[in-house]
Amino acid sequence: MTSLLVQTTATTETPAPIRRRGGGLWTAVRTNTKAMIGLVIFLLFAAIAIAPQLFTSVRHPNDLAFTPGEQPSGAHWLGTTMLGQDIYAQLIYGTRESLVIALVAGGVATILSVLIGVSAAYLGGFADDSLSLLTNVFLVLPTFPLIIILATYAGKGSLSVILVVLIVTGWSYGANQMRAQALSLRNREFLESARVRGERRLYIIVFELLPTMTSLIVAAFLGAALYSVLTAAGLQFLGLGDPNSLSWGTMLHWAQSQQALQTGMPLWSLAPGLCVALLGASFALLNYAFDEISNPALRPVRRIRAKRAHA
Amino acid sequence: MRFLLRRLGFFVLTLWAALTINFFIPHLMPGSPLQALRDRTHNKLSPQALQELLASFGFKPNQNIFEQYLDYLRDMLTGHWGVSIGQTLGTPVSTIVGQALPWTLGMVGVATVLAFILGSLVGTVAAWRRGGRLDAILPSVFVVTSALPYFWVALLLILMFSVWTNGLLPSDFNYDSSLQPDWSPEFIGNVLQHAVLPAATIVITAVGGWVLTMRNNMITTLAEDYVRMGRAKGLSDRRIMYNYAARNALLPNLSGFAMSLGFVISGAILVEYVFNYPGLGYLLYNAVQNNDYPLMQVLFMLFTVAVLVAVLVCDFAIAWLDPRSRAKG
Repeated sequence: MTSLLVQTTATTETPAPIRRRGGGLWTAVRTNTKAMIGLVIFLLFAAIAIAPQLFTSVRHPNDLAFTPGEQPSGAHWLGTTMLGQDIYAQLIYGTRESLVIALVAGGVATILSVLIGVSAAYLGGFADDSLSLLTNVFLVLPTFPLIIILATYAGKGSLSVILVVLIVTGWSYGANQMRAQALSLRNREFLESARVRGERRLYIIVFELLPTMTSLIVAAFLGAALYSVLTAAGLQFLGLGDPNSLSWGTMLHWAQSQQALQTGMPLWSLAPGLCVALLGASFALLNYAFDEISNPALRPVRRIRAKRAHA
Repeated sequence: MRFLLRRLGFFVLTLWAALTINFFIPHLMPGSPLQALRDRTHNKLSPQALQELLASFGFKPNQNIFEQYLDYLRDMLTGHWGVSIGQTLGTPVSTIVGQALPWTLGMVGVATVLAFILGSLVGTVAAWRRGGRLDAILPSVFVVTSALPYFWVALLLILMFSVWTNGLLPSDFNYDSSLQPDWSPEFIGNVLQHAVLPAATIVITAVGGWVLTMRNNMITTLAEDYVRMGRAKGLSDRRIMYNYAARNALLPNLSGFAMSLGFVISGAILVEYVFNYPGLGYLLYNAVQNNDYPLMQVLFMLFTVAVLVAVLVCDFAIAWLDPRSRAKG
């Protein structure tokens, strides 16, 4: 029965004053531990990606400049690879490509999903039927095998090929959510009044409808970015990326093909994997925190409050 | 009934779309099967034999592309999948697939279902004990595990349970090559031992998502009036938790389960690659490495069919669990 009491305190908490966008969003992020952890990790990686030369003295991390297979030391914090590269320097310089893939692929996929999802919901009728069918087909198609096959046919590799396949396969999940949300907003009074005012359709969508969908769009972006980070790393790990590129996934590929685990150099493959995991975790934490911010019922119940309820 | 018919229609349409993509990608992209085959045989086979081989898996360059397309559709659906042009040149694709399929179904399938059941249970309990010690840490932990890359978890497990412990658990293949496959307890034990690490990888990375969505659904359902009504009637906690709240909260998760199968397949490819586990994912990797076009096409079709069948099964399950979906039609 205690859980019932806890539950009711949680729901009475729900109708908290609705925060305005802008300043309110920042306060919400700052007071949410998960969001802060995610943001700090992301900003750290962003700083490394923008100015890698501040973090290491090595300038050409792909050159075979050092003794191969050295254990971690003061000179090489994480040791060197079997090919004679500094692992730490490779990690630092690899940040940029991984981050660019996440942001560009995630961003474009989100724009696509907004375009397709919102227009499906807003146009209705035949346009809606065909667009949502397209979305559902893409949602169900097994994307990773498709990506592998596409990447193979398109010539292994280059960054642009990976970006294109990530975007083509990454938009459908968000589009489905956008459509559902836009459908539920379609007949609200504020849109009705804009229509009565005689606003153009485009104006209504861009200035009336989209702002109310901000949190969903942010969530879709974070989800697409997470998907892109993990998928790109997976592709490169399998050796379907450019083997000379500087990225975490490519490092993993070389480490795996040189049997890093079995030859006593676990850091070579664990360190870049950890970076992928950290970047992924930062997107996932931010995503979950946004869920909590936009739906207060999901927020963690404060322990003190829970105790009071027991009493 | 109309609901089920609509779902069947969707099934057919998506399968057709997948097959069409599958057919046109090789035709639109640079690089041809003929070239791949020529490289593979190092010109050892006569052009005549090559032509025959290619014709035997449906490659007729002089034929009208539309006719080729129809032939291809018929062959795919009737199981005339041609022969491999990869490492195992000339072996029928259906034989290769038949050897790999049980391993993927057994290992990946069991691990995925286990993760779903485990995750939904933990999510139900976490939401029920809202504000408890469990609920305070679980969400954060599972947010992080659900974002972990499959292959990294796999590498970590290999390091911890195989490399550092001198091969406590095997990290390679599906069973020791010294054993003869049969139904003896020794062989079955060996197979299970080899499946532990790959299956654990899948469970660890997949369980988080189910916990989180189930918890969120449960929290929403627990606030419903019918739950309060159940309490007022004096039903037991257990009954309210499973029969009233969880049964409703599970519905969105079930449809999510089918959709997530695509992610499971991507995970299976990476996990099987890391562990050299001879399932369908590993097969696809090899097919790609060897430009084995017929095998690739069949595998992609099978993956699509697997997801679509799961979607159908989940639709039926939802129709059975939720009377509203039947009424809506």
